[in-house]
Amino acid sequence: MSGWTTHTGTGVALDRDNIDTDQLIPARFMSTPRSEGYGRFLLHDLRYDAEGRERPEFALNRVTGPSVLIAGRNFGSGSSREAAVYALVDFGIRVVVAPSFGDIFASNAVNNGLLPARVDAAAAAGLAARLAGADATVQVSLEDLTVSLGDLTVPFEIDAVWREKLINGWDDIDLTRTHAGAIAAHRAARARHQPWAIPRGEAAR
Amino acid sequence: MTARTMLDKLWDGSEILRREDGASLMWVDRHLVHEGSHHAFAKITERGLTVAEPGLTYGVVDHYAPTAGGPGSPAIARMIETLERNAKAHGITCFGLDDPRQGIVHVIGPEQGLTLPGLMINCGDSHTSTHGAFGALAFGIGATEVAHVLATQTVWQKKPAAMRITVTGRLGPGVGAKDLALAWIARLGADGARGHAIEYAGATVQSLSMEARMTLCNLSIEGGARFGMIAPDDVTFDYLKGRPFAPSGDDWDRAVDAWSALPSDADARFSRDITIDAAEIAPIVTWGTSPEDALPVTATVPDPGRAPAEAAARIRAALDYMGLSPGQRISDIAIDQVFIGSCTNARIEDLRAAAAVLAGRRAKVPGLVSPGSRQVKAQAEAEGLDRIFTEAGLDWVGAGCSMCVAMNGDTVAPGKRCASTTNRNFRGRQGRDSRTHLMSPAMVAAAAVTGHLTDVRPLLEGRAAS
Ligand code: SF4
Repeated sequence: MSGWTTHTGTGVALDRDNIDTDQLIPARFMSTPRSEGYGRFLLHDLRYDAEGRERPEFALNRVTGPSVLIAGRNFGSGSSREAAVYALVDFGIRVVVAPSFGDIFASNAVNNGLLPARVDAAAAAGLAARLAGADATVQVSLEDLTVSLGDLTVPFEIDAVWREKLINGWDDIDLTRTHAGAIAAHRAARARHQPWAIPRGEAAR
Repeated sequence: MTARTMLDKLWDGSEILRREDGASLMWVDRHLVHEGSHHAFAKITERGLTVAEPGLTYGVVDHYAPTAGGPGSPAIARMIETLERNAKAHGITCFGLDDPRQGIVHVIGPEQGLTLPGLMINCGDSHTSTHGAFGALAFGIGATEVAHVLATQTVWQKKPAAMRITVTGRLGPGVGAKDLALAWIARLGADGARGHAIEYAGATVQSLSMEARMTLCNLSIEGGARFGMIAPDDVTFDYLKGRPFAPSGDDWDRAVDAWSALPSDADARFSRDITIDAAEIAPIVTWGTSPEDALPVTATVPDPGRAPAEAAARIRAALDYMGLSPGQRISDIAIDQVFIGSCTNARIEDLRAAAAVLAGRRAKVPGLVSPGSRQVKAQAEAEGLDRIFTEAGLDWVGAGCSMCVAMNGDTVAPGKRCASTTNRNFRGRQGRDSRTHLMSPAMVAAAAVTGHLTDVRPLLEGRAAS
């Protein structure tokens, strides 16, 4: 995953609260290997009717190549399925702006370079309203922690740890392996003081 | 020493180090993986890594497990085979389709004694909060994090804020943990506890069985909390004693001593404190498409015309999807089918509660009863509960996630309405365009008997609700 600090792209507003992970990607698509791409599954049942025809009135079907999604509160609530993030990322979304996010979703997003930018409800509504106008170019800065659209600039919040991670594109596994000594010491202490934490279990079947 | 919450104690016990920016590296005592972990196994394989601690990693087939006959499609069969193959390749114990211990991951962890107080437990599933009912630190993680745990047996996590929900007062007859959970989620909202770890406390919580405690902690995520927990006590210890992976002999005594020190100190401070009076809670059902859309069964469906402007559009959209009219009495909502199952409500006590209502009665609609595990299934059959379900006209099927997530082919057809003991009434959760009403097992049984959402309490008169 590569890091980034600023992003400029086309915005699209999804004027709904509680866009949950089952809407972001319905469960029936989740046995697909990632290499096949998940973009076509994004919000599938809202984008397409039961016969597979595009619903022309749905926001995502009215904008070409959007990369910044502005949504209502509690975006990504529900399941831990990272496939919800894969669907957004493979579709081309780099930033989701919303008043609140599901905690697991937000953490999955950051692990895939997708920014969950938290703004207050009025700011989200202001951005969404402006998107109705002609120019939908949105600028996002991880340096200044702002989202700008035309003459409107609003601040967003993100956990400092996540911000660093997005900027640096850190890979946690490599980072963690530099702490191998501390991990081994912790494990040894666990085995000594709480032996039940390491079950004398059966071997693999 | 300053007073500490149970969260503080659990966190300190599992924290390997904390970075300056506040991220903690946590040791994972139990890592549970299901079929959905294929992305994570692919990630570590891609990097040429192996599983760091196969002895602390347990696999289970549940999300795609067939509950009748064989796998529903080649894609489903491939998901199951992939898990079993990955488990074998990495030397991981796997409770597969032919294992008598198979069942839903959050049912079998406790059942096998893999879940213990004081442990850190992760699983690539948001309802991992269930295990917190034992006084464990347990939370759901995504695929990148699953790969990280596989490779390192650790996870990076920022410590959440501590929140306490104290429940006082007696639960009325026909009212249980599911109603308690839906009540607080309705009050605080589906993101009401975001960023928090919830500790459920108070005399009413202490009086709950382990099964009920698990239901309560299970639903924490539906109110936005990644963690839910309850202080371990004699109820916890009695449940665990003698379980296959629980400690025994001297280790058991040492463990109980250690576990007894885990509860929050009396004067510990929580960043949020909520109190709920159980006596005020009636059986609750959901009417909309978020768990926060919950009301007493005696209420009427909300009217967007009378709601505040910012809520009106959402209510209207939910009613439209659910096929309901504003102001309609909830108890007039007719259903097409029922589902009793899931990690929320498919333990033995849940099945007993449903059977207490169904005994000697016929269901007016079809439905599935899927026990949470094979062991629950065997016990229910030993108690004759299966006969009560089948004589009522419901299907008694195998263990797995089944219609909770509709991945294994058990689905609610488009436009159909299901009274369900599960945890999510999201759009399309139980199948495309399906309509889900969440409620307790007793309430689902009552809906089955009458064919519409209904107050279970009159149906329990003269019967012992178990
Ligand atoms: S029963 Fe439902 S909520 Fe529970 S683990 Fe399975 S899919 Fe997830």
